[in-house]
Amino acid sequence: MKAKSLCGLAVFAVALAALMASRADADELRIGFLMPVTGPLAQIATDSINGFKMYLDDHKGEFHGATVKFIVEDTQAKPATAVLKAEKLIKQDQVQMLVGGVLASTGYALAPVSTREKVIYIASIPASDNLTQRDADKYPYFARTSWSSSQPSHPFGEWACANGIKKVVTIAADYAFGYEVVGGFQRTFEECGGQIVQKMWPPINLADYAPYISTIKPDADSVFILPVGAGALTLPRQLQVAGIIPKMHLIGSGTSFDEFVLPQLGDEVIGAVSPLHYSAALETPANEAFVKEYRTKFGKVPSYFSESNYTTALMFDAVMSQTGGKWPGSKELLDLLVKIEVDAPRGPVSFDDLRNPIQNIYIRKVEKKKIFGYANDELWNTVIKTYPNVSQFWKFDRAESLKQPPYTRDYPPCKYCE
Amino acid sequence: MLTALALLLAVAVVTPHTTPFLLLLVTRILILAILAMSLDLLLGFTGIASLGHAAFLGLGAYLTAILAVRYEFGLSWDFGLVILFGSLLGAATAAVFGLFALRASGVYFLMITLALSQCVWGLAYRWDALTGGDNGLNLPGRPVLGPIQLGNDAAYFYVVFAFFAVSLLALYVLVESPFGKSLVGIREHEVRMRILGYNTWLHKYIAFIISGAFGGLAGVLWAQVSGQVSPDNVTLTTSVDALLMVVLGGPGTLLGGVLGAGIVLFLREYLSTLVPWWQYVLGGMYVLTIFYLPDGVLGTLRQRRKAAGAPAVGLAPRPVRSEELRINEGGIE
Repeated sequence: MKAKSLCGLAVFAVALAALMASRADADELRIGFLMPVTGPLAQIATDSINGFKMYLDDHKGEFHGATVKFIVEDTQAKPATAVLKAEKLIKQDQVQMLVGGVLASTGYALAPVSTREKVIYIASIPASDNLTQRDADKYPYFARTSWSSSQPSHPFGEWACANGIKKVVTIAADYAFGYEVVGGFQRTFEECGGQIVQKMWPPINLADYAPYISTIKPDADSVFILPVGAGALTLPRQLQVAGIIPKMHLIGSGTSFDEFVLPQLGDEVIGAVSPLHYSAALETPANEAFVKEYRTKFGKVPSYFSESNYTTALMFDAVMSQTGGKWPGSKELLDLLVKIEVDAPRGPVSFDDLRNPIQNIYIRKVEKKKIFGYANDELWNTVIKTYPNVSQFWKFDRAESLKQPPYTRDYPPCKYCE
Repeated sequence: MLTALALLLAVAVVTPHTTPFLLLLVTRILILAILAMSLDLLLGFTGIASLGHAAFLGLGAYLTAILAVRYEFGLSWDFGLVILFGSLLGAATAAVFGLFALRASGVYFLMITLALSQCVWGLAYRWDALTGGDNGLNLPGRPVLGPIQLGNDAAYFYVVFAFFAVSLLALYVLVESPFGKSLVGIREHEVRMRILGYNTWLHKYIAFIISGAFGGLAGVLWAQVSGQVSPDNVTLTTSVDALLMVVLGGPGTLLGGVLGAGIVLFLREYLSTLVPWWQYVLGGMYVLTIFYLPDGVLGTLRQRRKAAGAPAVGLAPRPVRSEELRINEGGIE
């Protein structure tokens, strides 16, 4: 019985291979989209897939004549599974590009696969700084269309100084993304005279922050938060219950108040300020049209995950318009991609030579208001200041920045923590 | 038993000629099968359930990655040494863990092994300078053995298959040996074995160390198959997976772990490329197994055969019957 089923399996597999290895003509663009469709990040995956698909559907599944074959694979939020699925996409489905990933660990796992197989990998979400900084040379087939973790933090530090924030306590998830977001903020904030007086690193997915909140130094004037997972909802609420809000200003990473969680958050986050390269409340015609279409189709306001993948599709389309819908080759496509400038819902985007976007960074304040003609009062990230065309190195010298150690748990050191 | 061997041989011959994805998947199945078999030695034969086997896999994997990334060691023939070191590290860690864990049994043993493996996870996650923290480590590429490039998936498959076959053989010889029989005796009735004069603690300790060594071996092979190592490999989920593979396939059968690894990985990695509701199938499979095949697939098959009077299936040793122990007792009198 077992022998039979195994034989059946082999026959099935061979048939499947024959089916899948159908030769592609030059005008087909095969894109492998890797997302954690199941597991704790499933909602992010849905937002991302919807974003990309929306652009694709708007253009009848074609990028300037190239028929797009869009294959989604489930990474289950595990780096090892992401590698297996990426190899499946490359070797079996013969995709020309890999797109996606969410966690930095997935980005780090996929980048070497792209190098090894000479297939483009576009990180449409993973933000880990070093992928487009110290490790950029290792991954010649890699580009990023989203942001690097410390990119919005740099201008935010300056904004904080200019807006009367002096002493800050940080509560950020204990992993590379948290270190980079906080590190970038600390660097610019302390250069202009601010002080980080306490840094706390609770574990990812923590649901109860009470032990941390009770130790917040009372002489601080602001709390900088970066919770991940379950804590995204509880941390602001617990800060309010403890009386920290509204006594102190609530600031944080752009992801803390992203539209992805904003509808579930309560009035406690009104007034919270955070930086990001996108806000759904960005009042430009391009973004208004994007938000309205997305909300009509999927019943919710687009998050930055949606916009990032929508824009990634838009960029591919722009490249294909230059080649007339023909596949130019991996290296050539990447070269074309990093030279383009597009007007995305988030604003103008171009690339630096390490293949990371140069884009506007918006300082956003959570407000309850009506916008774009919607009937109800809702929470929106109102843009209160725009820093145009920010690169991942901000105003710093690039060579010098690369020589510095990456932002970690202990770097920059906390000078004012006693 | 011959059926089983023929099937495994068929896997070795057929797999490289199927699809590239299936080849990679079967390679992973064989590696996790080594891990599952090593756990079966404890769960199925000795009767102690460990929830910390991810630690051995993780240590082997991290050793491989750290040697390759930081010292460029193990990229050619010295890969053989890495395999040796990985197994030794697994064994040494098990020797240390065993000192703590084997003071307890049952659920308490389970909890202690869980706690110890979480320590390894903590190290992997927090020792940034060595392990790369949450981002993990990327290996520079699979070893090149003279003219043979293990970067070729088929070549690496054969290497993995060879180690799998050796592990299966070694564990089979072990469980068939007098030592293996006394492990089964401990599983059936530890007190009686102790009264018979066996040092049951030492037996369990040695079984635990051997199990750790095979776990370490699986880790080395695993690091090279996925080309990266991250704390995700050391999480509780990996330990639970290994346990489920054994339970699904049939504890105390060795080959049950292989079958279990095959079923779990096939449903999770292959079915997930076809349908989004693969999790229900996997979950349903677990539930059905518990309800209808409480001894696992191979375990139940064996019982059926025994009931029908046919010889036992698989490579498993005949379970020790209580009459035999009684005879032994008689001998002491």
